[in-house]
Amino acid sequence: MHRPAYMTMDAKTSPGRQDAGQTIAGAVGSPIPHDSAHLHVSGEAIYVDDIPERQDLLHLAVGMSARPHAKIRKMDLSAVRRAPGVVAVMTAADIPGENNCGPVIADDPIFAPGLVQYVGQSVFAVAAETVDQARKAAKLATIEYEDLEAILDPRAALAAGSFVLPSETITRGDSQAALADAKHRLQGSLNVGGQDQFYLEGQIATALPAEDGDLYLYSSTQHPGEVQHLVAAAIGKLSKDVVVECRRMGGAFGGKESQPALIACIAGLMADKTGRACKLRLDRDDDMIMTGKRHDFVIDYDVGFDATGRIEGIEFMFASRCGMSADLSGAINDRTMFHCDNAYYLENVSIVSHRCKTHTVSNTAFRGFGGPQGMFGIEYVVDEIARYLGKDPLEVRKKNFYGVGERDITPYQQKIRDNIIEEIVSAVEKSADYQERRKEIRAFNKESEILRRGIALTPVKFGISFTATHLNQAGALVHVYTDGTVHLNHGGTEMGQGLFTKVAQVVAEELQIDIDRIKIMASDTSKVPNASATAASSGSDINGKAAQAAAAKIKRRLIRFAAKHFAVPKDDIEFINNRVRIGAESISFEDLIKRAWFARISLSATGFYRTPKINYDRSTFSGRPFFYYAYGAAVSEVIIDTLTGENRILRVDILHDCGESLNPAIDMGQIEGGFSQGAGWLTSEELCWNSDGELTTHAPSTYKIPTCSDLPVDFRAKMFEAGRNREPTIYRSKAVGEPPLMLSLSVFHALRDAVASVGGDRCRPQLDAPATPESVLKAVTAMQAEGGSS
Amino acid sequence: MSERIGITVTVNGTRYEREVEPRLLLVQLIREELRLTGTHIGCDTSYCGACTILLDGEPVKSCTMLAVQADGGEVLTVEGLEKDGKLHPLQEAFSEHHGLQCGYCTPGMLMSAYYLLEQNPDPSNAEIRKGIQGNLCRCTGYKNIFAAISDAAAKMQTGS
Ligand code: FES
Ligand code: FES
Repeated sequence: MHRPAYMTMDAKTSPGRQDAGQTIAGAVGSPIPHDSAHLHVSGEAIYVDDIPERQDLLHLAVGMSARPHAKIRKMDLSAVRRAPGVVAVMTAADIPGENNCGPVIADDPIFAPGLVQYVGQSVFAVAAETVDQARKAAKLATIEYEDLEAILDPRAALAAGSFVLPSETITRGDSQAALADAKHRLQGSLNVGGQDQFYLEGQIATALPAEDGDLYLYSSTQHPGEVQHLVAAAIGKLSKDVVVECRRMGGAFGGKESQPALIACIAGLMADKTGRACKLRLDRDDDMIMTGKRHDFVIDYDVGFDATGRIEGIEFMFASRCGMSADLSGAINDRTMFHCDNAYYLENVSIVSHRCKTHTVSNTAFRGFGGPQGMFGIEYVVDEIARYLGKDPLEVRKKNFYGVGERDITPYQQKIRDNIIEEIVSAVEKSADYQERRKEIRAFNKESEILRRGIALTPVKFGISFTATHLNQAGALVHVYTDGTVHLNHGGTEMGQGLFTKVAQVVAEELQIDIDRIKIMASDTSKVPNASATAASSGSDINGKAAQAAAAKIKRRLIRFAAKHFAVPKDDIEFINNRVRIGAESISFEDLIKRAWFARISLSATGFYRTPKINYDRSTFSGRPFFYYAYGAAVSEVIIDTLTGENRILRVDILHDCGESLNPAIDMGQIEGGFSQGAGWLTSEELCWNSDGELTTHAPSTYKIPTCSDLPVDFRAKMFEAGRNREPTIYRSKAVGEPPLMLSLSVFHALRDAVASVGGDRCRPQLDAPATPESVLKAVTAMQAEGGSS
Repeated sequence: MSERIGITVTVNGTRYEREVEPRLLLVQLIREELRLTGTHIGCDTSYCGACTILLDGEPVKSCTMLAVQADGGEVLTVEGLEKDGKLHPLQEAFSEHHGLQCGYCTPGMLMSAYYLLEQNPDPSNAEIRKGIQGNLCRCTGYKNIFAAISDAAAKMQTGS
């Protein structure tokens, strides 16, 4: 309908890419808008809830547990069944197949089988003619519970030895000896809160019965393949009997990696049972109560260091709230362990990770996937060391950076081959005027009684690849039609991150055709099977490569054909700017396609990619889990009101490495958006549970994600211009989905810096995350109380 | 079933007469009855702004208003921003300046911005901030949204 803007835009190729075509629209490296931008702004983009409903469609609602841990003694659903408009009711007993929607271990029931383990757990579902009828009916159940002891936080779980998975340890060197020998030693405990994904589009799935008992599902999911497998198992069928499609999500952030399975399984079960189309859309409160979030952690540390602040030995204990089931907690907590070094060399180290079972919602993936909490730990410790020694935290950070060619092995034995952290940190230190401003802020704080400012620079080093090696694979399917236009399918999903745009740019580049000649198709399990979740920032890395491989296959066939047909050597054939040069002649791409079709050349191909070089042994936590690392650094400056704890971000300078970006505009959006989401996690988004195990912050009225007022007054984000992936990734780009989130640690430490200004020299305020105004005020008050004595 | 009430609403210039249940929300009327699905539901409780539309020129969160309350009124939704097959400068600017990622907040954001520029064709940053205060975006971090609104305002002023 509307011409996408990129059709009228000049394609720019980024420097250093001379081999790339000069003039196709949407070449790799050009900052074209999101492929759906013209549909987003016109309101024509179709999300799952917008798909026209079938006449027979039923709406579903879920009956939830009111207790954190209890046996269901009796359940009377007769009033539910009798309620107006109700067509069907289902409980655990009515599931024909497997009662499980857990992604790794089968410990996540679709409907609680007589035992409930968190407030909000799905117990039964109702199908009715309208949404209202379904939701009202779901409230009419009478459930008698026999309460069992509930464990409601990680500390209690630790004390009770309650875990969803075995605890794990990584050690290197001799941390005990190093701690004993160190000149200085500090110990402490930290709390870092969880975070709700708060994707603007809530969880939703629609299931349509098809012939022969098959199901077709529209699911808002980062992992259509898993939804397919789990729905098939739930209805007692096989993967071949279920197709799952997702064109786009209204945000996901990890919250739609494993969680959509529950929603889709309920829709699928009901559609299977009633033979009618069924839609389940959770309302926001239910979504927040029923589905998993980022893990909150308690962290204990014990660190020994020398007079310069260099760490000699360190021991970490991480305990996370996994909730009632394992979900993805194993890999998430592994990633915490892999990132509690951040950019620092820890020679003698012991990292213990406990995966606590609590009677709260099962926590899950959220951008960063455990990495942010690991980094939170080490950044806090480094900040502690600096404050203890009376040094600039940046100086201590630099003292501990991984080296190049030395001090470059991680605690899990991966050698870091692409370290550019010094370069990035020095560049942003300079461009942000860190040193000058730090001095100026100190002077300001001396004069200002009530308002205090703080500044901090923190680095990010983030490992790219799924830590479960087998997930690092991707498939694609490319068709070329006889008019020279293309259908592009791959296993990745679009949640707003721009994956579909970037992969289309790769295919446009490979085939040398304008990007508007390519139609980006929905993720669909019938086109690309067994795809991994779009997660771990790996979307464009692996799907880009798979799509490129598919396009290259077709291109090779075309070259072989053209060489024969026109009797020219293969290497004298070149695809450039919608045309193909064949020896001295040049014909249009479309013309070549027509001729190839006539000569019975296959114009459809699959592509496959597996990330090379990674190998890692989970039993010993050693090897190379990551193909490469992404780096960045940020300087944040904040101001706090010491009377109220209120605060704001005054200025942020970011320098982030995207390698050779596939699309700088889209990547910049990831940097800014990721940073802002991280700042929300560390400053305003607070999850509270009461003593009955109920989440009390289950709506935007009480759960505060950043608003436009939280945008830093002065926000300067830049991409690291010299960036180029040392590994042969797709056009030497780097993954950018998750790493920028952790740049927000600079905000937290700037706040801590401002709080510290209230205390005496070398004071070390205890500040937990999120540093809400309340928690800042608490820290300020503690500093003031302590102030006289220090 | 409760009895239905006859209402007349003009949406994006087209007059609709409908018999609706008194409890039908305006957003349901727009999305389900009129099939204008550009208006999204994000929170159901008047906080996120995804469902923002204009009713008689004023921004309204359509998830918290009954359809019958719009009786006799003029509604403008995102689908009505386009004129003669041409996108509104705000729509162009959101696309060009990457003021969107997942796009779910975009229609509501556009409606608030549209109202803002109607009231104040040359808003300062602080005024833009105030103008879109009621609209949450989880993806962009807002910077590009500000850029898009400023740019659209400038373009509309110069008439380009
Ligand atoms: S859906 Fe209406 S304000 Fe969120
Ligand atoms: S673009 Fe996703 S919520 Fe704004």
